[in-house]
Amino acid sequence: MPDLDSISILTLWTAIAIYAGAFIAYAFDLARRSSTVKAEERMLVMSDGTVAPAPVDGAPALDDKGEPVKQRFVMARIGTSLMVLGWLFHLTADITRGLAAGRVPWANLYEFAMTGTLLIVLVFLVTLTRIDLRYLGTFISGLVVVLLGAAASNFYVIVTPLVDPLKSAWLVIHVFVASLAVGILALAFALSVMQLLQSRRERRIAEGVENAGPAFLRTLPNTVRLENLAYRFAVVGFIFWTFTLIAGSIWAQDAWGRYWGFDVKETWTFIIWVLYAGYIHARATRGWRGTPSAWLNITGFASVLFNFTVVNVFFKGLHSYSGLS
Amino acid sequence: MPQDGSSAASDPLRPADHIDSAPVDDSITQPKLGLIGWLRWGWRQLTSMRVALILLLFLAIAAIPGSVFPQRSADPNGVVKYKADNPDLFPVLDKLRLFDVYSSPWFSAIYLLLFISLIGCIIPRIKHHAKALRALPPRTPARLARLEDHRSVTREATDAASAIDVAEKQLKALGYRVARYDRGRVWSVSAERGYWRETGNLVFHIALVGILITVGVGGGYAYTGQKVIVEGQTFVNVLIDYNSINQGRFVSDGAFEPYAMTLNRFDVTYQGFGKPGAGQAGNFKAHLSVREPDGTTTKGAVEVNHPLSIGGDKIYLLGNGYAPTITVRNKAGEKVFSQPVEFLPQDANMTSLGVVKISDGMPEQLGLIGFFYPTAVKLDSGAFTSAHGGLNIPLLTLDVYEGDLGIDSGKPVSVYQLDTNGMTKLNGRGTDVKSIQLQPGETADLPDGLGTVTFDNEAPQGAKDFSQSVKRYVSLQINHDDSAIWVLGFALLALAGLGLALFVPRRRMWVKATASDDGAVHLEYAGLARGEDPTLAAAVDDLVRGHERLLDAAASRHPVKGA
Repeated sequence: MPDLDSISILTLWTAIAIYAGAFIAYAFDLARRSSTVKAEERMLVMSDGTVAPAPVDGAPALDDKGEPVKQRFVMARIGTSLMVLGWLFHLTADITRGLAAGRVPWANLYEFAMTGTLLIVLVFLVTLTRIDLRYLGTFISGLVVVLLGAAASNFYVIVTPLVDPLKSAWLVIHVFVASLAVGILALAFALSVMQLLQSRRERRIAEGVENAGPAFLRTLPNTVRLENLAYRFAVVGFIFWTFTLIAGSIWAQDAWGRYWGFDVKETWTFIIWVLYAGYIHARATRGWRGTPSAWLNITGFASVLFNFTVVNVFFKGLHSYSGLS
Repeated sequence: MPQDGSSAASDPLRPADHIDSAPVDDSITQPKLGLIGWLRWGWRQLTSMRVALILLLFLAIAAIPGSVFPQRSADPNGVVKYKADNPDLFPVLDKLRLFDVYSSPWFSAIYLLLFISLIGCIIPRIKHHAKALRALPPRTPARLARLEDHRSVTREATDAASAIDVAEKQLKALGYRVARYDRGRVWSVSAERGYWRETGNLVFHIALVGILITVGVGGGYAYTGQKVIVEGQTFVNVLIDYNSINQGRFVSDGAFEPYAMTLNRFDVTYQGFGKPGAGQAGNFKAHLSVREPDGTTTKGAVEVNHPLSIGGDKIYLLGNGYAPTITVRNKAGEKVFSQPVEFLPQDANMTSLGVVKISDGMPEQLGLIGFFYPTAVKLDSGAFTSAHGGLNIPLLTLDVYEGDLGIDSGKPVSVYQLDTNGMTKLNGRGTDVKSIQLQPGETADLPDGLGTVTFDNEAPQGAKDFSQSVKRYVSLQINHDDSAIWVLGFALLALAGLGLALFVPRRRMWVKATASDDGAVHLEYAGLARGEDPTLAAAVDDLVRGHERLLDAAASRHPVKGA
């Protein structure tokens, strides 16, 4: 019987392979959406068999809530099934790593990456039960494959005992909530990217440009709907981020004797908080709603990724828990 | 009264460029502005959403250099190193305050402007909201059908007035504030809910101001000091006994509670050889005896993550190291120096560097630079290194310098550093004499027949190994900050306010009944979002369904006459 950490590594690579499969399926889904859209230019067959008139001017066929009318996306279904399967392996990898270490599996960069991506996929899959965001599948699966692959091949460290500063209940709370916030903000980011693409397409259609952009966008919700969704994810992520900041300060007070000291990681957590605060303001400011605020959301998540990777690995500070020497 | 259901009295007051404010027509040619006019204009700009947003973005950007350059507050050694590595660039960057970003004038200017903008924005909003909390929901719009979320139902054999009575009760039960607007053959109820949204928003922003003020004021009453204590030594909490201290400007020199702490023992464990993370130190624990000002003595321990509270102070464990006891005798055999010397750790295996300064009792002043290796191993180069943090094969090497220690010039000198300018090296690399190498209990001659040096073994009689041969020291931080709990309180208040401001929907609902001659009633339902409200449509649907159920129930109990 191999030891738990070996099982963890094995299941993790299995999960990466399955996620890669999901990525391919989702990519085919987007490609197919492009081609079916072309075929349906003339007539749109509804799911109940009735025939609807073709959408005018290349506008997506929307129902009264601004959602595209329900269509069957077979490849997307395969993608989602693979995501669920991959997630189960991923979960196994995470739990066995935790059991092997005898503690929560998020105490060094390798483990943060593993648990953080687990939560990104979880947030995505849970959201799918309520809102059809499968068009984000390529993005989410691609992001997870890249992050997990990089972590598993470059950041892997063997299980070592916790260093003293990490022996705290706040490790469980602070780091977990931070990872959850990242998972939610990732979806907000992806939606803002889609919003920018959609907005460009809508503008080009309005200008009468022949080739308005990728055809799969026609099966996506319109700009306003995408923006509202992005905002809803971002505000939830923002609340979690605020909590992370406060919980981290309480922990810092116990571990380092001060609740705030502009340590590199603290500084970046603060910068990210301010950027998202700016995004929420921007959306309520005339002239900033729409594309400018979407860019702010994207900048916010870029900073999250920067904080998670570059700051962890290359910046010197008190939060040097990557486990890499 | 505008027809779209908005209401100046009960809508939250917002800056003119807020997306939910009525657009202002800028095209009007304004008269020339006087000084007051310009001031008003400036104030309006500062309190606008746009400027607040730009200041927020400036704040984010301005915080970045502090993560790129080492900061004096967080990493003073990094600043010293940066200065040594970039002697030309350093003065320029220092002028720009890039090593004190968060106390620099430009950073302060941004956040102060931001907070002035914030206060200027929320004070009128608080006044307005206080009024809105008492105001009645606005009059029912004449044409509800113009609202986006609008439903209409025609009900036979229903009394219009009592249908609205039912709706009024229903909305009240749902937490709405209601007002009746009946006119002629049209009955209607206007309802509004979600005042907590604006309350939460204001609480959030007020709490941020609270954090800024408590941090600013509280810092004046706080102090943070560091003290190094060797096993067996005692620290008394008075100003002069600190190694270093940062006093808030309102902390008087006599404000310290005069308790005393003795370090009885310092515990540390190491991961065993051959295990993952071999040699990793952990479970640091400083065992202290505390004598309170009233004379009672208690035992306490300080661990990482578990500070010790004494009075209003908190004691933190910052670091630890070895303090080899060194005794120096002169040619005549008189003790000129004998005490534990704190060595500063240089690596994870506790290779440590220390300095002994002897100002009296020798022909000339003497300085010793020593390296201590708790588990000494010899590298191929001939140099020593430590292979483990524990006391397995302790070794002390000493180089001796003779000359002027520079401690009589009045300039402050670190006890951990030896300025060898103006001193002559007597042994070690670069001289003909070898470095002194000592194990605990051993004595060696100083060069030039100056006397002897002993590395005292502190282990009790009959000890079998070296594990207790060298004393340890801890570096403690003593903190006093009564404002921290207030900062936390405001932070939690901000979090609560944020939750309310982002998730409580502010919305209006109207139910209108128009009676027709044939006894039927035309019922209209409409909802209007005031701010983000993704579930409004569903709420209107629920209202329609609930109302129908209540009317059906009422009808079965009291059938309308003539039906």
